[in-house]
Amino acid sequence: MTAASPAAGAPTPEPKGTVAPTVALALHGISKRFGSVTALDNVSMRVRPGTVHALLGENGAGKTTLMRVAFGLVASDAGHLEINGVRINAHSAANAIKHKLGMVHQHFSLVAAMSVTENVALGNHGVFAPARVAAQIRTIGERTGLRLDPEARVADLPVSAQQRCEIVKALARDARVLILDEPTAVLAPEEAQALLRWVREFVAQHPSHAVVLITHKLRDALAVADDLTVLRRGACAATGPARTFTEASLADAMLGPTERSASVEAELVPQVQRHTDSVGAHHVVLRADALTLHDDRGVARVHAASFHVRAGEIVGLAAVEGSGQAELLRALAGLHAVAGGRLHRPEEVGFVPEDRHKNALLLDASLTENYVLRDAGRRRGRIPWRAMATRTDAVLSTRDVRAGGPHVHARTLSGGNQQKFVLARALDDAPPALIVENPTRGLDFRATAAVHDALHEAREAGIAILFYSSDIDEVLTIADRVLVLQSGTLREVPRDRELVGRAMLGLS
Amino acid sequence: MNAPVKGVPVGRAPVEPVSVQRVIVRRVAAPLVRIVALLAVTLAVLVTLLLASGFDASLALQAMVRGAFGSWYAITSATLVRAVPLALTGLAVAIAFRAGLLNIGAEGQLLAGAAASTAMASVLGTSPSAMLVPVVLLAGVVSGACWAGIASWLRQRFGVLEVISTIMLNFVALYVVGWLVRGPLQEPSGFYPQSMPLPRSLQLPALLDGTRLHVGVLLSVGLAAAAWWWLRSTAGGFRLRAVGMNASAAAVSGRVDVARVSMYAFLASGAMAGLAGAVEITGVTYSLYDHSPGYGYTAIAVALLARLNPLGVLGTAVLFGALQAGGNAMQRDAGVPVALVHVVEAVLILLVIAGDRWRGVSGKRAAAA
Repeated sequence: MTAASPAAGAPTPEPKGTVAPTVALALHGISKRFGSVTALDNVSMRVRPGTVHALLGENGAGKTTLMRVAFGLVASDAGHLEINGVRINAHSAANAIKHKLGMVHQHFSLVAAMSVTENVALGNHGVFAPARVAAQIRTIGERTGLRLDPEARVADLPVSAQQRCEIVKALARDARVLILDEPTAVLAPEEAQALLRWVREFVAQHPSHAVVLITHKLRDALAVADDLTVLRRGACAATGPARTFTEASLADAMLGPTERSASVEAELVPQVQRHTDSVGAHHVVLRADALTLHDDRGVARVHAASFHVRAGEIVGLAAVEGSGQAELLRALAGLHAVAGGRLHRPEEVGFVPEDRHKNALLLDASLTENYVLRDAGRRRGRIPWRAMATRTDAVLSTRDVRAGGPHVHARTLSGGNQQKFVLARALDDAPPALIVENPTRGLDFRATAAVHDALHEAREAGIAILFYSSDIDEVLTIADRVLVLQSGTLREVPRDRELVGRAMLGLS
Repeated sequence: MNAPVKGVPVGRAPVEPVSVQRVIVRRVAAPLVRIVALLAVTLAVLVTLLLASGFDASLALQAMVRGAFGSWYAITSATLVRAVPLALTGLAVAIAFRAGLLNIGAEGQLLAGAAASTAMASVLGTSPSAMLVPVVLLAGVVSGACWAGIASWLRQRFGVLEVISTIMLNFVALYVVGWLVRGPLQEPSGFYPQSMPLPRSLQLPALLDGTRLHVGVLLSVGLAAAAWWWLRSTAGGFRLRAVGMNASAAAVSGRVDVARVSMYAFLASGAMAGLAGAVEITGVTYSLYDHSPGYGYTAIAVALLARLNPLGVLGTAVLFGALQAGGNAMQRDAGVPVALVHVVEAVLILLVIAGDRWRGVSGKRAAAA
């Protein structure tokens, strides 16, 4: 294992000759290719017992693939691994569990209709004894603080409790090395802090255990980890004790020293860019007066919200998952009925939904067809496909969407290019207003910067933009004004990280 | 080592532009290879079954080919006559599947169409004008649409899976026909469970003298071409495909009224199957019987083998028409039970579905990597 970057500092000092295994999990020279793409190139990593090891990298750097190799879900082309001092050659998930490895995936693998007990017991062999499993869940809850109601149905649990359920599932199988893949991505800031605190306590209580934390949040990694490993394009870019790194040196390691663009700087230092001068000069495009919205089950989700969005400004919306933002954004986009109050919106409102695969794209249709989808609902007669292909091609080149042409299927594009395409489609006719929901979810730095640039450009063009992101820093970076929606109540909050964060949690 | 291209997301190969040759390979050559391979496997299965059941394979196959393609009469009056209802019901299934609706009920909708056109003919009396043939066909179209409409309504109103409701409605339709031919529509002597034959003036004119081929074949070719054009070129056709590919994206990003598109697609599918029933009554059987060759079930294979392409349906309908015509000839001339052909048909269906699944899985894997 070598430190490839000068910023990395010295490799982890290993206390030699101790009785207990000196590594909880070690990967040696792991390589993996998918077709022509090298996902991992001779990556090595050592996780010491009793530590938290953060695995950092941009999206697509190979973090998740590396951990999927460790957990036996992906077979590596070269290299081997060692778990608790035992060398392992042929590997599978069953084998990983046998060697006391546990992994919590970014997208949970729980059966929503089943109870916590049933989910924890799933995959066990022999007789299913609910009482025994429930007792085990309670014991784990008392020992580790991961308290759960064993009888609760997973579908009824909030996301943070579902995550606890996943961890308990791993602990119930006696996992000693826990791999957590982007665990804070789905959590509210306070919940994320609680989880990171829990991770620290867990390794403090169990000196033979270890946690691998996959993340792209530099701040989280520096705050919680003992050791860090940074992957860049499938290769190990840096590794060493956390104290030898700073946010800047980590960013250098993740991006490569020369590729830190201005927009990435802006990401790291949210307070740099400000856009306040022209606000107030333009007319109101979107206005809500005492707007009340119900969800599909008739439950009130937004109460008497009043706000406006002017032409040429980006209004950021910050909210913890499930605060009513989904209903609010869809109502503004004209996709959700208004239950009370008044909503003034132009006929034409562009909408970029959060889940692009589910709600924005026909993955197995051409980009031209996906472009035409935008006004599929109101088109009549024949579709001039040839002209539409030309138009799509123009959109691809002017908006810098990297695709083989208008005829390729949307599925063949990378996530970043899919999102650039969806955004370009929404902006193509310069609608008076644009609603964007978590537009950079799952995107790497560059793609995120491209999306932000496109939004800034749209603002300069005089479009009224309402921007929602579950990442509070992103909202603060990009928005001119910030609205916070908390349990259905909306109010404007000054652009200040702490004030917004407190408002999101209902503290004032 | 691998020099980074600026701006291209790390870890993903840039998408290469697709050349004309590659398009030809993908659109023309690959499906042809697929079909030839399927036919080869089907033939192998058939020969194996024949040998395993102790028949003279060469004799049986000769009888089969003769029965399907051996003469002008075999081609027109056996193969193509069977291909017409298969093409129309195949179109019905293809339209529904394209809209994401698993309409397994083409059989019931065909029977509903056949029953309604028989009833309409009996209402029109003993010597109606030939100008009324379209009215008889229209009765079948409307009836088939209504029969599909039941499943569509159950789906929209109560969320009943159309796979289940349409299969159930197939049986209901069969028993209703059974009652009709023993009750209100029974021939006057009251002896046979069948309706009175259609008067000559209401029968579809023959297309070629001396054969059983009727103008329905033109109808099915015309409708297949129309459906192909409509799906490909019109806004309505695009909406239907968009809903079938991703209903959620169609609703959110295309503002398509998914419920409405689904309903119209279901009705159109039922109408097409109903027309198949009406054409069968006015062009081939002239009477309603309480049994059915099961065209509406075979139609699913016809549509799937054609990859839900309306023009492809014409080809696969002829293929299945030939298989059935040949199967009958094999039974007649070589004593091989026709059930053997049904086994072969089923194997073909399974191969197609397994092939599609496999392509889907491997395609997704490739995309994920």
